[in-house]
Amino acid sequence: MELKTIVEQLDLEVKASQGNLTCNITGVYVSDLLSDVLAHAKEGDLWVTLQGHPNIVAVAAMKELSGILLNNGRTPEDETLKKANDEAIPILASKMPAFVLAGKLYNLLGGE
Amino acid sequence: MRLINADLHIHTCLSPCAELEMSPMGIVKGAIGKGIDMIAICDHNSAENTRAVIEAAEQTGLTVLPGMEVTSKEEVHILSIFSLPEDAARMQELVYNNLEGVNDESAFGMQVIVEADGTVTGCNDRLLIGATDMSLEHIVRAIHMHHGLAIAAHIDRPGFGILGQLGFIPNDLDLDALEISARISIEDATTSYSEYSAYPIVRSSDAHFLDAIGSGMTPLMVGAASFTEFQMALRGEQGRYICYEG
Repeated sequence: MELKTIVEQLDLEVKASQGNLTCNITGVYVSDLLSDVLAHAKEGDLWVTLQGHPNIVAVAAMKELSGILLNNGRTPEDETLKKANDEAIPILASKMPAFVLAGKLYNLLGGE
Repeated sequence: MRLINADLHIHTCLSPCAELEMSPMGIVKGAIGKGIDMIAICDHNSAENTRAVIEAAEQTGLTVLPGMEVTSKEEVHILSIFSLPEDAARMQELVYNNLEGVNDESAFGMQVIVEADGTVTGCNDRLLIGATDMSLEHIVRAIHMHHGLAIAAHIDRPGFGILGQLGFIPNDLDLDALEISARISIEDATTSYSEYSAYPIVRSSDAHFLDAIGSGMTPLMVGAASFTEFQMALRGEQGRYICYEG
């Protein structure tokens, strides 16, 4: 499913890289530990987290993730947005908690 | 006794997220220019540039302490500050043994190892931005075993601070101090973190580029700019103390 469709379906706010929402999302990874994402997320995953530090962009770039979705109304730091635009990594935001977002994404994409 | 300024959290070009301008000479000149008497070099999970900065500060009035900013498995940053480079090196060996992964320069940045005069001797290829698999308790214990001071880094920041990651400071965690960033004053911090008043508070720049050096400083009333005097000031021993009034 296109990231753009997910943005529409879940009413997500696009914080960075508005022009990069056409990628096909096949998986989602939910974690607030960057080292865990480095170890376990898969290429192309959409990453759900509440961390807004600029390092999330570096982690997403290194793992070639499709985007980062901040839950619980968390706002990314300005530096994070700047880096995300530079790296063309979409940053999305939602007021929903991770459990609800994960459930909705699971229903949209279907679990494995 | 005299009043000195300490900035005990400065990165060098070894940290992937720091600017390459953070060379030993650049840092020493920058610190002296800001009226700082004592600094600590705390790169992410490595102390490989500490000796170079110590050497660069020889013949100047600046005291340089070797240190490291260690990342726990909870992704909490803990400053470890030592008196002797040998102790920092032993702590580094423990950190390296517990740190997996290889750096990706394009994603995280370069990790440049330099000599005192700025000559590049190589690049560290470990994933220094990564987390060790050591718990907070393990790290604090190890720092003390190597005669260092363990300070919870930038507790006021949402990312990688102990309060942001855990939400609280465990009762049995034997920290020597809490560090706040340049974002808040020591006075505001003593109010905001009054429940943790048992811990002394230090303020540092966490400088990743030259202009940031000294943006956060801790004024200390001490006999000299040294590790031992700083330790005494943290404990309020023999008339040494942190000058919260600035």
